[in-house]
Amino acid sequence: MGKTIAEKIFDAHLVDRPAEDVWVLSLDAVFGHEITTPPAILELARRGKDRVFDPGRIKAVIDHVTPAKDGKTALQGKILRDWARRHGIRDFFDVGRNGVCHVLFPEQGFVRPGYAVVMGDSHTCTNGAFGAFTPGVGTTDLAVALLKGVCAFRTPRSMKITLKGALAPGVFAKDVILAVVGRIGVDGATDRIVEFDGPVVSAMDMEARMTLCNMTVEAGATCGICRPDEKTVDFLWEFIRGDFPDREAAAAAFRRWWPDPDAAYVEEIEIDVSGLEPLCTFGYKPDRVKPVRELAGTPIDQVFIGSCTNGRLSDLRVAAGIVRGKTIHPRVRGIVCPATPKIYAAALREGLIEDFLQAGFCVTNPTCGPCLGMSTGVLAEGEVCASTSNRNFNGRMGKGGMVHLMSPATAAASALAGAIDNSPLFPGTRSTP
Amino acid sequence: MKTFGGAARFLDRDDINTDEIIPARYLTEVEREALKPYLLEDLRLEGFDPRRDLAGCEALIARANFGCGSSREHAAWALEANGIRLVVAAGFARIFRQNMFNCGLLALELPAERIDALFRRFAGQPGVSAVADVASGTLAVRCGGDTERIPFALGPFERALLEAGGWLEYADRRYESRRRKESP
Repeated sequence: MGKTIAEKIFDAHLVDRPAEDVWVLSLDAVFGHEITTPPAILELARRGKDRVFDPGRIKAVIDHVTPAKDGKTALQGKILRDWARRHGIRDFFDVGRNGVCHVLFPEQGFVRPGYAVVMGDSHTCTNGAFGAFTPGVGTTDLAVALLKGVCAFRTPRSMKITLKGALAPGVFAKDVILAVVGRIGVDGATDRIVEFDGPVVSAMDMEARMTLCNMTVEAGATCGICRPDEKTVDFLWEFIRGDFPDREAAAAAFRRWWPDPDAAYVEEIEIDVSGLEPLCTFGYKPDRVKPVRELAGTPIDQVFIGSCTNGRLSDLRVAAGIVRGKTIHPRVRGIVCPATPKIYAAALREGLIEDFLQAGFCVTNPTCGPCLGMSTGVLAEGEVCASTSNRNFNGRMGKGGMVHLMSPATAAASALAGAIDNSPLFPGTRSTP
Repeated sequence: MKTFGGAARFLDRDDINTDEIIPARYLTEVEREALKPYLLEDLRLEGFDPRRDLAGCEALIARANFGCGSSREHAAWALEANGIRLVVAAGFARIFRQNMFNCGLLALELPAERIDALFRRFAGQPGVSAVADVASGTLAVRCGGDTERIPFALGPFERALLEAGGWLEYADRRYESRRRKESP
């Protein structure tokens, strides 16, 4: 019987089978941020085990609240910072060099095809775009991973989602993953690894693939995963050029992780994206999805463009293109958050930041803050946010607030309209509020 | 082996997420006990008042996909800080379930029909208790003289984690540090 991508990665990392259905894997990298790592650091220290398995394979960042907003968040940063120094963790990203972890770490080349990586954050699944197994874990799993370099998982069960057809203009990876979550539901992929396949995925650049994998956890998935190809090689080339004679050789080597033609999946779904239109969530679950046109006219108080889902350069380009030379609605507070300093700098060079500022947006430093109501953009009771992030849970961006998830194009158009609206990039039905 | 649970509270919801269990605004705490007052503060459930309804509660019974969303182990810690060491549900999100066992707490999955039957028979009644005996593999749900016993099976790994008191205890005894020279 052939194997899926995940099964191949499991085989290559197996340390122990403590039970029939349980695999303990060795880890190629362990990531941490200042919210879920400090409790692991303190717990290990309490047990007299203030050690790490390999400082070179541990990467850490302060990203959720940065710069610190109060004494408590300052302490979280300090615990992480002191620990990184104490253990010689060189890849530690502090104020000025820090950004949203699931954008920053791949940007630094820390995720490679075939890797097994964990982090104490559910959206670690984003990194599966590189053909890696990258599940989010809790703090105890993280503590063991930091100390031992291992983590336990159930036998992988893969679900194949084949994306066929071609995306219409104005329809993006975000709309595709909203369609997927809407179709299979918030527990449609629980205890499964979603393997994306098909010409739509092949045509997507790495940023779009990351957006796609990012929200697989919204369907309960352990992680998303894409087969590593020439685009993966191009993205990683500056980091891997010493390992291969040329790009073709790297692509050929990465093909070992491709699924076998006779690999077995617990479920296979085909989605033709050709007829897909821009989507938007309503209510408090990410599987509550409707076409934007059906929600058009819903008044909004705030727009957030950023996060590990849609805070990348390609997202900012699309959004800036829509607001360029225009002014956002006077009732709307616009917040743009480039996900890393590198993206911020590129957006500055390209004039995108200028576009946003001229349109009336506030451009913040890279942070996760607004997405989960921790800083820089918390909603008040009864307020509504059009957001490019990943969760619309009750209270997510502030107690009593409502979050509508959408693509950067839709968010930018909504900022101009002062209400949910389709972007001018989408040639389909365009409604005005 | 141990028993889990006691005074039980029914939460008639699917998809209770970890943002509802412990909102992100409290994730600036680094100690588990500090989470105690905030458990289920954002739960979207008609008429639910966490301070009133969780007083003395030692077990929760809910429907499908409990603990979905964020990986925050703070959700399991906030339950434990309030004396809740048993959650019975028709299904769990993977990370939350693993966090529970990793902390030596019991996330007990039962078929949706069983959960349905428990809701019909016991929900809303005063003095309901739910106690899981891991050794015998029995969940006893009681209200006055009315008792329902439901058998359950835990995997050997989950049992081992509960016996050890959690994954850190288990892994520390069993595994060396895996410093790797080569990538796969």
